[in-house]
Amino acid sequence: MLIKQLSIFLENKPGRLTAVTRSLSEAGIDIRALSIADTKDFGIVRLIVSNPDKAKEALAEANCMIRVNHVIAIAVEDRPGGLANVLEMLVENKIGVEYMYSYVSRTADTAYVILRADDNKRAEALLSDQGVKLLSPEDVYEEA
Amino acid sequence: MYWNKEVECCSLDALRALQSYRLAQTVKRVYENVPLYRQRMDELGVKPEDIRSVDDLKKLPFTYKQDLRDTYPYGMFAVPMKEIVRLHASSGTTGKQIVVGYTRNDLDVWSDCCARALTAAGATKHDLMHVSYGYGLFTGGLGLHGGAEKLGMTVIPVSTGNTARQINILRDFGSTFICCTPSYALFLAETMKEMGIDKSEIKLKAGLFGAEPWTEEMRREIEDKLGLKALDIYGLTEIIGPGVAFECEEQNGMHINEDHFIVETIDPDTGEVLPEGSQGETVFSCITKEGFPLLRYRTRDIAVLSREKCSCGRTFIKMKKPAGRSDDMLIIRGVNVFPSQVESVLLQLGNTAPYYLLVVDRVNNTDTLEIKVEITPEMFSDTVKSLEDQSRAIKQAVESTLGISAKITLVEPKSLPRTEGKAVHVQDNRKLHD
Repeated sequence: MLIKQLSIFLENKPGRLTAVTRSLSEAGIDIRALSIADTKDFGIVRLIVSNPDKAKEALAEANCMIRVNHVIAIAVEDRPGGLANVLEMLVENKIGVEYMYSYVSRTADTAYVILRADDNKRAEALLSDQGVKLLSPEDVYEEA
Repeated sequence: MYWNKEVECCSLDALRALQSYRLAQTVKRVYENVPLYRQRMDELGVKPEDIRSVDDLKKLPFTYKQDLRDTYPYGMFAVPMKEIVRLHASSGTTGKQIVVGYTRNDLDVWSDCCARALTAAGATKHDLMHVSYGYGLFTGGLGLHGGAEKLGMTVIPVSTGNTARQINILRDFGSTFICCTPSYALFLAETMKEMGIDKSEIKLKAGLFGAEPWTEEMRREIEDKLGLKALDIYGLTEIIGPGVAFECEEQNGMHINEDHFIVETIDPDTGEVLPEGSQGETVFSCITKEGFPLLRYRTRDIAVLSREKCSCGRTFIKMKKPAGRSDDMLIIRGVNVFPSQVESVLLQLGNTAPYYLLVVDRVNNTDTLEIKVEITPEMFSDTVKSLEDQSRAIKQAVESTLGISAKITLVEPKSLPRTEGKAVHVQDNRKLHD
C-alpha cells in the first residue's frame, strides 16, 4: 500500500520551516516523519502526517507550494542488515531509489523507512511478494 | 588634434546647409525604398519634396523601437541585400532582436566617426589600441576596431573575458589606448591590484568608455587606478553603434557627429520639439546612412544639448551624459535589458508564471543580474532534481535571449512585490547616481 507524502517548497530564508510547522500544529496535525532536501538556494520539506488532506488545506491557506505524491513505508527488522536486505531486492530488479528517510517507530524491534522509488508500483509489488512488511494508510494516518 | 578639421570645426551655417542637403536626399531614398516610411509619410500627407531643410524635420514621423521589431528582420533596410556587407544586432524590448545592416559606405562612415573620437582622445597611428569590447553582433568591438584601424593605430582585438590574460597583454604589448565598458575598466584595475601589478607597469594614456551609464565618480576612480584619461563615447546600434557622439579633452559633454546625424530634443510625452538646452528625449535622424537610415528615432535617452563654444575648437553640439531612460530599460554590462524580455521567456517556457524580479547589483565593479522567479504548481514536484533542471532551463533561455549571464533563484509563490496588482520587475541596487 502506498501512502501519501506532502512536499513543500521552501525558500532559503529564516523562519520558513517554522511557519510550516506552526500552521500544521495550529490545524492539530501530527508529523509522523520529516525530511529536508536542501540545495544552495531552496529546500524541499517532505512530510508524512496524521491527516494529509487536512494538512494540505492548512498549508495551502498559509500560501505554501505543496505537492502530494505517494511513497512506500517499509517495516524492517531493527538489526544490522535489516535495511540492506530490502535494498538488495530493489537493486536486483533494477529499481532505483530517488530518496528515503526514516520514520519514528514506537516498537523496539522494528524500524520504519519511507522510500520513493523511480517506479513505486513495481517496488511495492516486488516488496510485497518478497514478504516485506509495508505500512498501510491505516497504520500511518489517525483513525477518522 | 582633429580627424577632419574642416567638418568638425565648420560654421553653423555650413553645417545646416550640409545637413539640409543630406536630409532631403535621405528622405527621398527612404520614401522610395522603405514601405513603413512611405506609408507614414503618406498618412501625414508629407511628400519627399516637402523636406528641403533641417527646419522641415519636424514634419516627419517619429521612428520607434517597436517599428524595428514590427519590421524584423529586414523591413527597415533601404537597399537590396546585395549592397549590405555587414549585419549587427541588439536586444529589443521583447525576446526579438533588432537587426541592422551596413553598406560598405556605412562602414566607412562608422569608422570615420570612431576615428574622430579616438583622435579627440589624443590617439595617433603611433598608438596601440586594446579593444576589450565584445566582438560579434554587439557593435562595440568591431565599431571601435574599425575606427582605430582607419586611424592607423595598432589594433589588439582582445574582446571580452579572461581578465588576467588581458592585463598581461596590456603590460607586455604596451597598449597605450583602451576601450571597454567603464565597469570593466574598474574590474581590470581591481584585478591588476590582486595580481600585484602597479599602474606604472602599464602604458595606457587614455580610454574610451561607453555602452553603459557611469558617473563622474567612476571617471575619477578609473583615471586614478589605471593612470589614464577616461573619455565617454556614445552610440546606439540602431543609429550606427559607438561613435554617434564622443568626448574631447574637455571631458564635459560629447560632441555629436552632426554631419551624419541630426539631433533633436523633444518632450517624451507630447513629442513636441524643445528649444536647445532643454532636458528631454534625444532623437536622431541619420542623413548619410544607406543600409539602415532611421528618421527621427526615439532613443528614450534623456539628455541636455549645448552649443556653447568648446575650448577644443569643435563646433559640433555637445550632449551631456544621458540622465536616464524614459522607459524601463536597464543597461547591464553594456547590454540593453528589458524586463519584458524575461517575461516573454517565462511565458514561452510554459510551466512558469510571469512573476519575476530582476535584481541588479554591482559587485567588484561588475554588474550582476539575479532573476527571482516564483514557482508554480506545474513546476513543483517532490524531487530536487526536477526543480534544478527547470531552473537550468530558465537560465539557458534567459541567457540566450538577453545575451548576458544571470543567476536564477526560485522563490515561493506570491513572495515577490506587487503593487496595485501590477508586479514590480526591477530592483537596481547599483546606486549610480548617488
